Amino acid sequence: MMLDKAKKLVRFYEEVLEMPHRTEVARELRDQDDMFLLLLYSEMIGIPNPVYYYTLELYPHIIEDFHDWHLRMGMDKSPLTGIRCC
Amino acid sequence: MNAILVAILGLAVFVLGYRYYSKFIAERIYRLDPNYVTPAHKYKDGVDFVPTNKFVLWGHHFTSVAGAAPILGPAIAVYWGWLPAFLWVVLGTVFAAGIHDFGTLALSVRNKGQSIGTIAEKFIGRRGKILFLFIILTLVLMINAVFAWVIANLFITYPASIVPVFIQIPLAIWIGYAAYKRNVRMLVPSLLALAVMYLGAIVTAEVSWLQIDLVSYMGGEEAAGLFGLGSVSTAFMIWIVILLIYVYIASTLPVWKLLQPRDFINSHQLTVGLIIMYAGLLLTNPTISAPATNGDADTSWLPLLFITIACGAISGFHGLVSSGTSSKQLDKETDARFVGYFGAVGEGILALISILAVVTLFNSADEFTATYSSFNEANATGLGNFVEGAAVLAGGLGIPENVATTIVSIIVVSFAATTLDTSVRLMRYIIAEIGSEYKVQPLTKKHVATSVAVVSTAALVLIPEGPNGFGSGGYLIWPLFGTSNQLLAGISLLLISIWLKRRGINYIATLIPMIFLLFMTLYAMFVQVFFEWAWYAEESNLLLFILGAIIFVFSIWIIITSIQALSGKFDDELEKYRND
Repeated sequence: MMLDKAKKLVRFYEEVLEMPHRTEVARELRDQDDMFLLLLYSEMIGIPNPVYYYTLELYPHIIEDFHDWHLRMGMDKSPLTGIRCC
Repeated sequence: MNAILVAILGLAVFVLGYRYYSKFIAERIYRLDPNYVTPAHKYKDGVDFVPTNKFVLWGHHFTSVAGAAPILGPAIAVYWGWLPAFLWVVLGTVFAAGIHDFGTLALSVRNKGQSIGTIAEKFIGRRGKILFLFIILTLVLMINAVFAWVIANLFITYPASIVPVFIQIPLAIWIGYAAYKRNVRMLVPSLLALAVMYLGAIVTAEVSWLQIDLVSYMGGEEAAGLFGLGSVSTAFMIWIVILLIYVYIASTLPVWKLLQPRDFINSHQLTVGLIIMYAGLLLTNPTISAPATNGDADTSWLPLLFITIACGAISGFHGLVSSGTSSKQLDKETDARFVGYFGAVGEGILALISILAVVTLFNSADEFTATYSSFNEANATGLGNFVEGAAVLAGGLGIPENVATTIVSIIVVSFAATTLDTSVRLMRYIIAEIGSEYKVQPLTKKHVATSVAVVSTAALVLIPEGPNGFGSGGYLIWPLFGTSNQLLAGISLLLISIWLKRRGINYIATLIPMIFLLFMTLYAMFVQVFFEWAWYAEESNLLLFILGAIIFVFSIWIIITSIQALSGKFDDELEKYRND
């Protein structure tokens, strides 16, 4: 009983301290993801991309992410007519 | 007077304040709604907007706002006796800081989790935003200068703390990498790091050759140093330059590499420090030897007391944390009361123990008066007295005094270093934003903005000739730091008042602390700028005069804007904003 409470307290303490770090790591990973998306679909914003034909195969998999991305950037509707996520 | 009794009295007022006053504010004034969809849910993205348990969020909020400032301010302000400092910390926390921290959180939650700066732009236009940026700029500049000086001062006074403090840097980088690259949990490694630091402290407290005492290397306090300066001044210069080089590197690194893991270790230190000091207070049962009031003060407590204790009574900086991060993670709107108000109470508890550590240190009132002989002396020795006093309290737990002194000084240096790192980083962002606002492209570059931040800090801390000679300019600006911090709090309270007025709610609870703060800030600025630093004054100081005058103009500007805003001049804009 006592041990359970102590464990709970330690978990709580750890969660408090990890909170800001978790945010930063998530942000770093998200930035990397955004960069990856940009590399895949740079053609859409006018940067020539020789492998666009192949990366386009991933297109159906990113629609959901793309929707989150434009919401995150403060745009309520999709800014690209090519991607009609909403 | 028994110190435990005073502590219990203070804590009891905090409990009553939280239990009754904050409940009244939550229900009748801010009118929190448990069903309101908070930004954490509405914009949930797993990064910034994350609904978080209120206890976890409180813990994070408290560790973000608690630092060296709520320790330093009270340790200086006891110069006017323990009673005024005690009353201001207790009543300020209950009636001003709680309302402010809670209010900025509630205001931000109702405004998409936006920061106070963005809300200011909406409420009082672009001029409001730019004014706001400049005020934060002066605030962080003061913080940089004060804390660079404070750390250098502690390094010179407690040379045993230097090696453990520097050991923390590689340990933090190692933890940061382990957590980021290999997804290792941080709790155990950070506790190990803390253990290594404190073991280091035990060793350096005993082994004199591990104490990097620059002054004694140069042949003692009377000896000559470099560039025609005395040895103490040279030591200050060397440490300040090293610190500024460190902070340049630290503040340009990604946050997860050094700042975050160091914060992680420091949060343990905050917990350890608070437990040790309050447990020590209970076990040693000390008597307050300092006088309740100081009748022979060379500087009047009115208005300086309210500027000297900023963090710990009320601090504008908390509003930046409330509105910048905590508001994006609030699960339910009603949690704002616990996170915001109780966060301010946590800071008050830290300030309270800082007062008690200092006023129980001395054997008699005469000894106290001899140490706190003038306001300048209080500024110079306040933090050192806190370190000694906290070490005596820790002695109650059986920790040898020299080890306790070293550990307390490590805790204070660690807090101050994190504050320095964060505020240089913040200054870089603000310089970049001002650069883009006025279309000065180079200022938006990371290294240019950081260089401007570091060089201006160096100028501020090294150029003014303090009473203790070269390098002691830092503590002259402590009141200026308090002033800009209070100004920020004043504007935040103003924004909350406007928000309440627009909702048709009686805003007297936020208006009174706002008027009080702005009046005290203006009064203090007026006396300092025009009677102490102006070119015709006895101790004229042109640099401080110019800085002070700029902040003074800002204050006047805000008063005018606040009268306009509250009398409804911006109501049309607000109406438009409300309809958005």
